[in-house]
Amino acid sequence: MTHFRYEILRTMRNRVFYAITLGLPLVLFYGVASGERHATFDGTAFPLYFMTAMAVYGAMYAVVAPGARIARDRSRGWLRQMRITPLRARTDLAAKVAAAYLLALPTLVLVFLAGASLGVRLRASHWLELAGLLLVGLVPFVVMGFILGYLIPVDALAAGLGGVVVLFALLGGVFGFQLATSGPLFDVLKCLPSYWLVQAGKTTLGGGGWPAQAWIVIAVWTAVLMPAAALAYRRSASRA
Amino acid sequence: MTVTTDAGFGVVLSGLAKSYGPVHAVRSVDLQIAPGETVALLGPNGAGKTTTIDMMLGLTRPDEGTVSIFGAPPAAAVRDGYVGAMLQTGSPLDHLRVREQVALMASYYPHPLPVDDVLQITGADEFSGQWTTRLSGGQAQRVRFAAALAGDPDLLLLDEPTAGIDVEGRRDFWQAMRAVTERGKTVVFATHYLEEADAYADRIVLIARGEIVADGPATEIKAQAGARSIRATLPSVEVGALGALPGVRSAQRHGDAVLLSCTDSDAALVALLAAFPDARDIEVTGGSLEEAFLELTAAGEAPGRPTTEAVR
Repeated sequence: MTHFRYEILRTMRNRVFYAITLGLPLVLFYGVASGERHATFDGTAFPLYFMTAMAVYGAMYAVVAPGARIARDRSRGWLRQMRITPLRARTDLAAKVAAAYLLALPTLVLVFLAGASLGVRLRASHWLELAGLLLVGLVPFVVMGFILGYLIPVDALAAGLGGVVVLFALLGGVFGFQLATSGPLFDVLKCLPSYWLVQAGKTTLGGGGWPAQAWIVIAVWTAVLMPAAALAYRRSASRA
Repeated sequence: MTVTTDAGFGVVLSGLAKSYGPVHAVRSVDLQIAPGETVALLGPNGAGKTTTIDMMLGLTRPDEGTVSIFGAPPAAAVRDGYVGAMLQTGSPLDHLRVREQVALMASYYPHPLPVDDVLQITGADEFSGQWTTRLSGGQAQRVRFAAALAGDPDLLLLDEPTAGIDVEGRRDFWQAMRAVTERGKTVVFATHYLEEADAYADRIVLIARGEIVADGPATEIKAQAGARSIRATLPSVEVGALGALPGVRSAQRHGDAVLLSCTDSDAALVALLAAFPDARDIEVTGGSLEEAFLELTAAGEAPGRPTTEAVR
């Protein structure tokens, strides 16, 4: 419990990171969406699309953040020190996941409020459903953060984590344009968790949440990444 | 998995060996440590001290042999909170204050010491509100010591705990250590400072090239190295004849004086006086631990034998 508390404390105390994670999506949202309040995009209102996209963008940064902390702790030799305490690895990971979501949640709420201020109107149940879909869809990114944290050197970390987020964001349509809307490339894009995260706004509005394909994509990504994370953890255990 | 852990068993290393590729970091280490003992692992850099400690902690898996900590494998002993350690690496966490860091470590253990006590014992109470990233080398070392102590473990493993610390800091550290050993804790520390091993350990285990070359109290190690020597004025006697005396390992001549290094100085002296009654100005000197150290760690480095540079 103390571990969990300090994990969150350490996240919050990284003020610059916290401010950017919360602030950047808001700035981008207002900067782009305020001029396009009445536009339509991808078969839905642009503010709804872009609000979802920016919520995804900010939350992705938030959930890969534990990876950054893991890499820093590793470079300081602290991971080895923790391995020789009674703290279990799964307790540590659970605390890090909780801290990641605790950081992602205010990002979602702030971007949703910004969306509402630009005329996005959803039923209360739909707001909750949208938030729920996003939180579930972020799971593969949480795991990706762990993998990178255990594997890549701390001086390549910013590029590694930032690169992964930007790449998935770009391919998923987060930046307000899609690389393809039909054909083989589109089929590939539809296999990415970030694509379905961005689509969550539209599908929620249509009712019924995600199609089965979205759930499968999220589940497969998670299922593939989990053993990779376990492997990365064990690799970092032998002589850091 | 339930493993009965009992501090009465002490620590037993049997047949430990570990190689990194072609490098034999630890060749064959057998060691039994009784509960409450303070043992120094003394040896030059690359002797295999850190690898041995890492295997005792379960951080490194031995190629051969076993480690038993209070009757349990290392992982179980660590999980049950019997072990605290100061590794060579392991600076405190960022975004935490000193007190928080110690409290965090304490929270992992089933029966921790009160945080205030730990801070006071280690002298970290003077800067307990400081950010862990803003500490001097000596302060960071105290925090790492406090972190190792916080869980009140029965076994403390310290890997070169005073490396890079000034003389005053070292003295303070060992003063705090005294308070810990007096509480009946088992302590194993690695060092390459002879005086530390001599002054603070009940027992010295001398390690060189991945093997234990001597094991016992400091006085015994000095004797084992046969570092006593006899000096006498004795002109016109063959050095070879002196070298053949019982208890003498080698003899050298310096002008009129001869110097006998002895394996048994008592027997050598009796034999010397019996054979050469005209020997004068006789001096028997006990060797220093430093001589014993150099002698024991150098033994076996005969030419022709492949030298292995052990990694940490």
